Amino acid sequence: MFDGYTTSELSAIFAMQGFAGLSLFSVYVLMALGLAIIFGQMGVINMAHGEFMILGAYVTYLVSIFFAEYMPILFGAYFFLAMILAFVASGLLGMAVEWAMIRHLYKRPLDTLLATWGLSLILQQIYRSTFGAREVGVSIPDWMMGSIALTDLVEIPINGLFVMAVTLIIATGVGVMMYRSLWGRQVRAVVQNRTMAGAVGIDTGRTDRLTFGIGCGIAGVAGSAFTMIGSTGPTAGQLYIVDTFLVVVFGGAASLLGTIASAFTISQTQSILEFFLSGSMAKVLTLLTVVGILMLRPQGLFSLKLRK
Amino acid sequence: MSDVSTLGLRQSRLFTASEILGYLVLAVVIFIVIPSALDAFRLNLFGKYLTYAFVAIGLVLCWGVGGILSLGQGVFFGLGGYCMAMFLKLEASTPENTAIQSTPGIPDFMDWNQLTELPWWWVPFNSFAVTVFAIVAVPMVLAFVIGLAMFTRRVSGVYFAIITQAIAAIATILIIGQQGFTGGVNGITDLRTLMGWDIRPDNAKTILYFVSGILLFAVLFVAHVIRKSKAGRLMIAIRDREDRVRFSGYNVANFKIFVFCVGAAFAAIGGAMFTLQVGFISPTLVGIVPSIYMVIFCAVGGRSSLIGAVYGALLVNWAQTTFSESFPELWLLAMGALFIAVVMAFPMGLAGLYDDYLKRHVDRVLAPVDRMMIHRAARRESEKLSATRATQPAE
Repeated sequence: MFDGYTTSELSAIFAMQGFAGLSLFSVYVLMALGLAIIFGQMGVINMAHGEFMILGAYVTYLVSIFFAEYMPILFGAYFFLAMILAFVASGLLGMAVEWAMIRHLYKRPLDTLLATWGLSLILQQIYRSTFGAREVGVSIPDWMMGSIALTDLVEIPINGLFVMAVTLIIATGVGVMMYRSLWGRQVRAVVQNRTMAGAVGIDTGRTDRLTFGIGCGIAGVAGSAFTMIGSTGPTAGQLYIVDTFLVVVFGGAASLLGTIASAFTISQTQSILEFFLSGSMAKVLTLLTVVGILMLRPQGLFSLKLRK
Repeated sequence: MSDVSTLGLRQSRLFTASEILGYLVLAVVIFIVIPSALDAFRLNLFGKYLTYAFVAIGLVLCWGVGGILSLGQGVFFGLGGYCMAMFLKLEASTPENTAIQSTPGIPDFMDWNQLTELPWWWVPFNSFAVTVFAIVAVPMVLAFVIGLAMFTRRVSGVYFAIITQAIAAIATILIIGQQGFTGGVNGITDLRTLMGWDIRPDNAKTILYFVSGILLFAVLFVAHVIRKSKAGRLMIAIRDREDRVRFSGYNVANFKIFVFCVGAAFAAIGGAMFTLQVGFISPTLVGIVPSIYMVIFCAVGGRSSLIGAVYGALLVNWAQTTFSESFPELWLLAMGALFIAVVMAFPMGLAGLYDDYLKRHVDRVLAPVDRMMIHRAARRESEKLSATRATQPAE
């Protein structure tokens, strides 16, 4: 499959596809981080995760319109406010959902899956009625347009770089929160032993709600970042949900590092294969490989050694 | 006859009086009420709903009885449907019918995709016997491979659900991507005859409805027998306390593989009937969304009730058609609310409601019949016993 390409062309192809893979990697990581917290730590399958992401995207869209209308001078910076608002909106909705629905279903994980699927249908319809069935795109501020030419053949788009930077910051932030903050300690304590965590005075119910909220909030930020590289439609969340679950499971459900490693592997495999095969076959091959590996190693790449 | 001696019979006999009544009522609904109440067009729609009921019955065995939630039943449904469609398509693509193509004698979509020869794996589907065999065998083999890989490694619960869902996604992408071999997004369409019998007119659809109904009862019977067998009781034990069953010396994985394969076969039969009834098969019936809908049919009917699954499939689909005709906007909201309500408020579905409110009264009315059945069975049992004693030589 390498016939007809010179070495420099090949390396350029790999660099460009590698970069495209990095964009995909950013989206996967952003979506998977929230999911890894909710699924990995709490064991809850949130099929509406994609819709929380889309909520963040729509919030960003609204903020961009607001800025364009009333504060055109600050338009270049709207994105930072949009990301915070997206986090807050998705996080609050997540906490409400946890309170109304999820907390009654902790003992029935398969039922959570069905209930959150129902929730995702409702959210999709609400988006469709509010924003219309057509996809909406946000206008990107000028400084994010264009690309940096590294060599004659390799060009790197700035918005892709920006999304990657956001991903890096959020991933580091989640890691720090998980392993350094009080909340992170409480979450890990509740995961390892709920009864004992309760006995030493941790409010497990509150921890659950906060965890679910933060997971959803991160999904919102993911959606916000997603608007920089793609347009938003009511059903866009559904396109990524299966891939994201595979990323989380493949990485080893309870390990954040594993999630990032598996997002990297999957996105790079897919985008490099995409150049040589058709897009659909690249995806099929990637997913099949992941499923195949999961059949041989169900615990994923990185697994916690827990006594059960 | 004392209560103690009939206790075993009461629990182990194949049908109780109320179960027989349940199946009779279902038969009346499917074979008499629905056909007489609806015109040919609506009856054809219900024929389509019946084919989903096959999947729902398989899911009751897998999920309600065995505790294995598969979100990939659409793959098996689709495999059955595609096997049937391949046979019908080959029959419809005679060289005379396809004379205008650049390569006559191959299905039209292959010609559009510049294929000049029938792929080798299409060739066996020229034979009806092979097709019928493949409809059941292909999905079962796939289910066996998946089951063997997953259950022997003790993958269960949500992990199994996610992986089967990924398989559904893969299958859809593959079918859409390989347009020349599968017909792509449109699927396999323009199916005309089944061994010379035109399946398109209304009366053919009506006949197919009854064929589906009869097959459905055959599948229900098989499922019922499995449910009442020792394997069925073990499946319930596995669902509730897998470790204890394992420690009792049973090979849990084998039972799970078995029930998963049976569920796949049922789904495939439904898929094949779907192709006949509706006249096409396409990837929209294979993917994640239809697979989850199939689970909700089962959940609405009552996840551990075989009869409930049939009612669930019929009701949800009928509601979907009626609703989306008049309020297309509200339909998704209603469906979402239904998902949540079934899970949160009625986890046992329609069958649970029946058990809570109606079953008592029905059982009271049927009690004399039930007692009579037990006495008869007991008498048969004792006659058999004395017969074997009589044939044994005295010492």
